[in-house]
Amino acid sequence: MKVLSIAVNTFRENLRDKLLYNLLIFALLMIGSSLILMRLTLGEFHRLILDIGLGSINFFGVLIAIFVGIGLVSKEIEKKTIYTIVSKPVARYQFLLGKYLGLSLTLLINTAIMAAGLLAVLSFQDVPIHAVLFKALGMIVLEFMVITAVALLFSTFSSATLSAILTLAIYVIGHLTKDLKAFGQKMEGVGRSVLEGMYYILPNLDRFNLKGNVTHQLDVPAGDLLMIAAYGMAYTAFLLTLASVIFQRRDFR
Amino acid sequence: MDVDGEKVVQIDRLCKIFKVGFWGRKVTAVDGLSLEVHRGEVFGFLGPNGAGKTTTIKMLMGLIYPSGGVASLFGRPVGDPSAKAKVGFLPEAPYFYAYLTSREFLRFYGHLFGFLGASLDKRINELLELVGMTHARDLQLRKFSKGMLQRVGIAQALINDPELVILDEPMSGLDPIGRKEVRDLILRLKESGKTVMFSSHILHDAELLCDRVAMIMKGRLVACGQVSDLINHGTTQEVEMVIDRLSPDGIEEIRPLATKLVLHGEQVMAVLASQRQVDEALDVLRAHKAKLISLIPHKASLEDLFIREAKGVQQATEVHA
Ligand SMILES: Nc1ncnc2c1ncn2[C@@H]1O[C@H](COP(=O)(O)OP(=O)(O)OP(=O)(O)O)[C@@H](O)[C@H]1O
Ligand SMILES: [Mg+2]
Repeated sequence: MKVLSIAVNTFRENLRDKLLYNLLIFALLMIGSSLILMRLTLGEFHRLILDIGLGSINFFGVLIAIFVGIGLVSKEIEKKTIYTIVSKPVARYQFLLGKYLGLSLTLLINTAIMAAGLLAVLSFQDVPIHAVLFKALGMIVLEFMVITAVALLFSTFSSATLSAILTLAIYVIGHLTKDLKAFGQKMEGVGRSVLEGMYYILPNLDRFNLKGNVTHQLDVPAGDLLMIAAYGMAYTAFLLTLASVIFQRRDFR
Repeated sequence: MDVDGEKVVQIDRLCKIFKVGFWGRKVTAVDGLSLEVHRGEVFGFLGPNGAGKTTTIKMLMGLIYPSGGVASLFGRPVGDPSAKAKVGFLPEAPYFYAYLTSREFLRFYGHLFGFLGASLDKRINELLELVGMTHARDLQLRKFSKGMLQRVGIAQALINDPELVILDEPMSGLDPIGRKEVRDLILRLKESGKTVMFSSHILHDAELLCDRVAMIMKGRLVACGQVSDLINHGTTQEVEMVIDRLSPDGIEEIRPLATKLVLHGEQVMAVLASQRQVDEALDVLRAHKAKLISLIPHKASLEDLFIREAKGVQQATEVHA
């Protein structure tokens, strides 16, 4: 109940954030602009339009997750709005969870809007729509949820700017974890253990990327999806728990 | 246990050390502070800027953790949800969700206590009425003036009909009418059996309102007790006497009696420290046929105590250094 009220309030707060609309408009423009690429050969055009569409949704969603996510907690502390919340019978973890769910809801709706834009473009161009596209969109949302949790975790103990940089770094490295491992295996000693350690600790964000399957119309079996979903949720739960532990200990000053 | 029930706020040797800057320089904000607030009283928490009032209150509300000592509300450690449910809190210079209207804002805060529906709406209307904000109930908070924010801040502190209300500088930012209204509100809360603890610089307000006050300086308690006890303790009742047409001989006779003597044209202003000196001065007056213009007892106030204590703390620090 308390978590839900905080989530709804956060969602409402997001809705009044101009940044969100700007990003959304950019994303829709990006998706729409793929129409200009019509002169390419047919097969490639279909692939390109899906590639650009999903890429835009992912990119802009991540931007929202990071830039709204880092402000979720730090802004409340900076502006001291948190004082009146935490002094009510609300546990700190409930506050965090509410904030997290609020932004997740925002991201879900944003993704739905961007996806609707993509689907409109696709049907306008008579590109066949397969079930795997929806699966890919679902996985994109899951990735957003992980990124939001990362942003939230950083913002519980560092400034908004630093959180943004750190989250962006995690996002980039998270998509390169396979390379980390491969690179590590070529090394010896400490370097190898560090890189392998990072491989296991950092989120493997490439797992959520089904763009290749969509463009090549390769379906993903339900079992695989389930595994990815379980991975995303477990990782998110881990991040949120860590964030709660840190948040519980800190002073609001 | 019975006795504990009467102590709504208990602070025992509370300390807070902040680490500031890159090198973690230590700043002691609260230094071994102990005090108690009893059920049903209005308790003033006084001290100069930077004395540690806000820091103490933030520890009571579980916003920051003490470096030492303990604090409890209703006999439970601070931060305990069942204790928090019975407390209302107004932070210093409050700022709230700017895009919410006062009604949305209060509804949200009501939800945090698990209040819902028509009874919550009724409560909200009552509170807006109480703080004189009914006219602005559908206005977004970002369009509010400082005093208006302070008022909805007070309203949110009362949303749960708390037994204990902790207000950090409730009068700041309010016009004289607003201040009077807050004073009346505090008295009304007391009448309905609530306990009120508030911090303030405005000693006059504290004098009018408080059953007891605590004065802190540099994080330490320097005085605590009933206002009347505090201001009469160690102060002598001074009297200011203004005399017209006193002869030079008369002036010389009065001079040793007065703690302060000011000549102003034909008039003499003498500050006399006790009743005996007043009597002697009046004799001088009669003997020299001078005219008494006024005789004003200088009523000791919290301000005198405040300034005296501040000087004391200053000297102690200088001796230390
Ligand atoms: N977040 C903080 N970090 C470092 N030092 C702090 C912090 N907050 C307060 N202090 C220091 O602690 C001391 C007490 O500050 P506090 O805000 O409690 O005073 P106050 O009595 O509320 O003053 P005022 O009447 O001006 O509101 C000051 O010396 C202040 O510099
Ligand atoms: Mg203060």
